[in-house]
Amino acid sequence: MAISRFSTSRVGAGLPKYQKLWDGNTFYYPSAFESIATVTVGSGGTSYVEFTNIPQTYKHLQIRATVRGAYSDTAGQSWIRVNGVSTDSYAWHGIYGTGSGVGVENSDYTAKDGVYSAFRHSSNSATTGIFGVGICDILDYTNSNKLKTIRTLSGYDANGSGQARLYSGFLTSSTNAITNLKIQDQTGGGYTQHTHFALYGIKG
Amino acid sequence: MATTYEPIATTTLSSGTGTVTFSSIPNTYTDLVLVTSVIGTTGDYLRVRFGNGSIDSGSNYSTTVLAASNGSGGPASYRYANNTVAYVIVEGLTNSSNPSINVMNIFNYSNTSTYKTFINRSAHTSGTVTETSVSMWRSTSAIDTVRVFQDTYNMAAGSTFTLYGIKAA
Repeated sequence: MAISRFSTSRVGAGLPKYQKLWDGNTFYYPSAFESIATVTVGSGGTSYVEFTNIPQTYKHLQIRATVRGAYSDTAGQSWIRVNGVSTDSYAWHGIYGTGSGVGVENSDYTAKDGVYSAFRHSSNSATTGIFGVGICDILDYTNSNKLKTIRTLSGYDANGSGQARLYSGFLTSSTNAITNLKIQDQTGGGYTQHTHFALYGIKG
Repeated sequence: MATTYEPIATTTLSSGTGTVTFSSIPNTYTDLVLVTSVIGTTGDYLRVRFGNGSIDSGSNYSTTVLAASNGSGGPASYRYANNTVAYVIVEGLTNSSNPSINVMNIFNYSNTSTYKTFINRSAHTSGTVTETSVSMWRSTSAIDTVRVFQDTYNMAAGSTFTLYGIKAA
């Protein structure tokens, strides 16, 4: 190898100087709220949304959703199932306002095959562009000593109709950690394009 | 890993102010969350408008409310249609140093195929009220401006407003 250039100046001349290896680097703050998975429905629609193999590394889960059912009605609602359990093993209750009145709903203990009415949303006969929205929180989802409560705040407004809803429910038959969540419109009609479900993990 | 839930902007009022506006909101998030702690005036409602480039003050807002207060004898529900504002708090704001608190979740705010729907949860000591509501801005424009204001009076010094962005995978 031949020496092609010889200089008395340093390689680092003109560059910032630091005392420590990490000095000058942008601080990185690990996030406690992380996106796990997202489903955005395409032009073909979808029958249901399912989050599988949910990592067990968080403390809590949150689902954030923008929803329009594919069924021919102006409004719809969706249930949530846990870990693939589809037997009558769920209980739920809630309160809702329609703009003209207030109502309550509840299930009998173990009466239903999902947490019904977890999400209230528009459906395909509503004016184009109207979607329902919702936030679903599941705390301590990996704890195998507790029944896991699912709490949702959801609703839609259709400019003269609508509903705001607070619901909660749980799988009564198992304290297993949650690894799977399935969400489906209760009519079975599925969801339209631009429906969006995002699953987040919250560290604790 | 990219930050999923992060503050975009925040402001604390140093004096009475009529409106608080967040503009030039980046379109890089999935949802927005606006958290407010407002010292207002009794009987005055807290309102919001949205816009893309400029605020929309047309009759393009609607709200469905579920509320409970200690003075009304039970829960109540209200509806506002073809409004020039979306209501954030409808049972009136407190006029004391105890603020009214509100968390507004605005979903898919930059989607240009859907109307913009958002959920509020509010609570305040004027009448000891808790409210939840769903509102819609009938526009497919992406939201890049959010304005919060009262009907008539200024929001008082000490009121805080923080806008967050949430980014889905």
